[in-house]
Amino acid sequence: MSERAPYRVTGRTGEWEVVLGLEVHAQVASNAKLFSGASTGFGAAPNEHVSLVDAAFPGMLPVINRRCVEQAVRTGLGLRAQINLSSRFDRKNYFYPDLPAGYQISQFKDPIVGEGELVVERDDGSTFTVGIERLHLEQDAGKSIHDMDPNWTYVDLNRAGVALMEIVSRPDLRSPEDAAAYVKTLRALVRRLGTCDGDMEKGNLRADVNVSVRRPGAPLGTRCEIKNVNSMRFIQQAIVYEAARQVEVLEEGGSITQETRLFDAGRGETRSMRSKEEAHDYRYFPDPDLLPLEIDPAWVKAIEAGLPELPDALRARLQSQYGLSLYDARVLAADHVLADYFETAVKGRDAKLVANWVSNDLVGKLGKAEQSIEDSPIPPADIAELVGLIEDGVISSKIAKDVFERMWAGEGAPKAIVEAHGLVQVTDAGELEAIVERLVSANPDKAAAVKAKPQAIGWFVGQVMKQTGGKANPAAVNAILQARLA
Amino acid sequence: MKPDDLTGLTLKTARDGLAAGRFSAEELTQAHITAIAAANAHLNAYVLETPDKALAMARASDERRARGEAGPLEGVSLGVKDLFCTEGVRTTAGSKIIGEFVPPYESTVSANLWRDGAVMLGKLNMDEFAMGSSNETSAFGPVVNPWRSAGSNQRLTPGGSSGGSATAVAADLCLGATASDTGGSIRQPAAFTGTVGIKPTYGRCSRYGMVAFASSLDQAGPIAKTVEDAAILLTSMAGHDPKDSTSLDVETPDFASFVGRSPKGLRIGVPKEYRLDGMPEEIARLWDQGVAWLKDAGCEIREVTLPHTRYALPAYYIVAPAEASSNLARYDGMRFGLRAEGGGTLTEVYERSRAEGFGEEVKRRILIGTYVLSAGYYDAYYLKAQKVRRKIAEDFDAAFLEVDALLTPTAPSAAFALGDRVSDPLAMYLNDVFTVTVNLAGLPGISIPAGLDATGLPLGLQLIGRALDEGTLFTLGGVIEQAAGFKARPAPWW
Repeated sequence: MSERAPYRVTGRTGEWEVVLGLEVHAQVASNAKLFSGASTGFGAAPNEHVSLVDAAFPGMLPVINRRCVEQAVRTGLGLRAQINLSSRFDRKNYFYPDLPAGYQISQFKDPIVGEGELVVERDDGSTFTVGIERLHLEQDAGKSIHDMDPNWTYVDLNRAGVALMEIVSRPDLRSPEDAAAYVKTLRALVRRLGTCDGDMEKGNLRADVNVSVRRPGAPLGTRCEIKNVNSMRFIQQAIVYEAARQVEVLEEGGSITQETRLFDAGRGETRSMRSKEEAHDYRYFPDPDLLPLEIDPAWVKAIEAGLPELPDALRARLQSQYGLSLYDARVLAADHVLADYFETAVKGRDAKLVANWVSNDLVGKLGKAEQSIEDSPIPPADIAELVGLIEDGVISSKIAKDVFERMWAGEGAPKAIVEAHGLVQVTDAGELEAIVERLVSANPDKAAAVKAKPQAIGWFVGQVMKQTGGKANPAAVNAILQARLA
Repeated sequence: MKPDDLTGLTLKTARDGLAAGRFSAEELTQAHITAIAAANAHLNAYVLETPDKALAMARASDERRARGEAGPLEGVSLGVKDLFCTEGVRTTAGSKIIGEFVPPYESTVSANLWRDGAVMLGKLNMDEFAMGSSNETSAFGPVVNPWRSAGSNQRLTPGGSSGGSATAVAADLCLGATASDTGGSIRQPAAFTGTVGIKPTYGRCSRYGMVAFASSLDQAGPIAKTVEDAAILLTSMAGHDPKDSTSLDVETPDFASFVGRSPKGLRIGVPKEYRLDGMPEEIARLWDQGVAWLKDAGCEIREVTLPHTRYALPAYYIVAPAEASSNLARYDGMRFGLRAEGGGTLTEVYERSRAEGFGEEVKRRILIGTYVLSAGYYDAYYLKAQKVRRKIAEDFDAAFLEVDALLTPTAPSAAFALGDRVSDPLAMYLNDVFTVTVNLAGLPGISIPAGLDATGLPLGLQLIGRALDEGTLFTLGGVIEQAAGFKARPAPWW
């Protein structure tokens, strides 16, 4: 565990501790919605993916989608959580135009997944454990669009009825960075499990953040819930702002009102949405259209047997099996698709070299281009080929950078690029010796200087490189110069 | 045959006549269309007549028969309670708020009937969202019972909520009808109109496409002229439906095969708690008569106890409104149906649309339901009612260890005058006192016309069976039907 200093907010009257709990909403990766056969595809025209069940037409009934249940169980297993073999769906009643039935089907009292935990690693390698209180399945609502027309609100029901997993943490988090690290770890987990694509920009993974402050060691303070924060950066900004706001209120002698707040990313602040007094009475009750959800323990076992290697185990294996540094292993394990990419490319090659090219060069390029590894224009076989060319001395590392740029630009496989541009490094001793000979005869003073000052040999190396267009094998050049001048 | 003769047939005899080629489905349907056209202004049984569709379906049926592809209900003309969504045909559930809604889908129950060859004559009147016991909460005005007290012209209720179905069957405006029963809405109107109505086991019929009132209690069933007709109709209506999660995945027996079987040795329970203080003498006497008939037929009679019966009505009037308050939230003026004119804020549009669109009884039940589910009241009302519900089911479980079926009256009175009880909801709710227990426990219950009161109005007896044991109810119902020799028909005054 870490020895790092605990995160504190310093107010006028002293230090405050921040207590955080997160409710992460993760859209279940499934082709169809939770209770209707409608598609969950992104990017359709408004109201294209709406069944009569989603639109709550009279007499329409929900039927549970087995795939969504399986995904929830799989996620629960990934969180080392208790799988509840009997759970129940409840109705959460409230009126809003993007909620056609007037109620959301959720799991209030008896969720499908009970207590679990998630081990989170910070950037410095230290770890902490976050308790998971529960995971339940529920329907997403549709979308109200208020800015298309000054007088009308438009409603798009494509999202209505899409399955969400709400993953509720215990109030175990103590700093904005830890909160972000938790979401990052959770995101890697669900992506690894294939239960959520983790796309925060599309809102497929988003967090409600519960924030309270207290004097270190004091009992829990009153919390405010910040709704629907959809990026790691915003999560941290929202917490920093909200904690400071609460400290200020308390130090002014005020008290915190339990309420729901919105994070305004543009202004970087939170503002009140509704107070506890205004809070809806959701009138939860068991949905009489659905039977209790009974799960066969043998099915759970089968799902468990089919679980992929989870991110922490993957990272440990990358370190032990390939001798990678903690940094490289963590970068690769954070995204199993990246790790798969690495493991495809590394076969028969120097692991550290491959890891370097993938976790630095390729990830750097993808990051700048705002692309994910799935969109990489360079296939893993090409990285393997590139590393092979370096290993075989065909090109130098320096030339390799140039080749990589050309690969990224879509010029093709590295061997072809090297050949097309004549980038093969010069290792022919005769050719190099001739160049050295010409240089020495043309620059007798510089040659003499080497005897007194061995570092002066660098000038000759530079000249040879220049004359060969950088293609000379540096080791060979060095050897020849040493023999001729030293 | 003359048109009157055709409409006067039972479903079974009409089916036999069609099969024998004595008349065509088109002729049979036309006879009903003519009868409806003459009667509906007086009886108000149909809220929508679909003669063109009916004739088209009838002709298609005749063609199928000609090709040798006749189904079990081939050419049989039926009415459909307006609670069942019918594709391309306006469906209102008796409410203004659904307005001119034309479903793009067909309820499973009605689809099963058309699959078997039946013909739809139109949509039948009902209490709004099936909430009512007299058909007076319908947005289309009350249905009038074809029966009248001897020497009186007073208009009587056919009962509710399936009043349109019961009246249409009793007045020969169809051969049989679909109905639905949440607390007695099939059985009480059947008793008030001298027809047979069965509410099957919860889950026997799919609720898909049936406008929901109280999901855990709603169940479709037929109203018919005879026990055998009811059995034939239920056989077609029932069946597992993957589109309804509460639909039971069980085989549907040929229910008609149970009619006419010997009841010898069957043990009949008479629940003592159903002998209410102040029960009309005629009802008590009919009940005793029913016991005697079954005994004569070889049944063994036992008194049984259902100790939690007195809590059933209050529990029902918590559970049903609670579910209704949530089920009816979708009628918000946003996507279909009535939206109040005049704009305003979202909340104002909601409030005015729902205030204008729902009738008084529906509003009353939404308010009750909202209240009993509210934070702080949930445990005292809804949760308590669910516990009572479990106790009532356990009472039945215990009784069915000793007996095979129970015999009770269907309703505590004969049909009463329209307007009599509208201002007294509690008196109205008491209509359900013998029937709600069956819904709370999810059991099958059948009402059979068994006699007339002193003024010549029909009275019904109810048989309650074990879950999925409708067969025994059809056997016993047939025995009572035979013994009672109930042949009375309302004298046409319309």
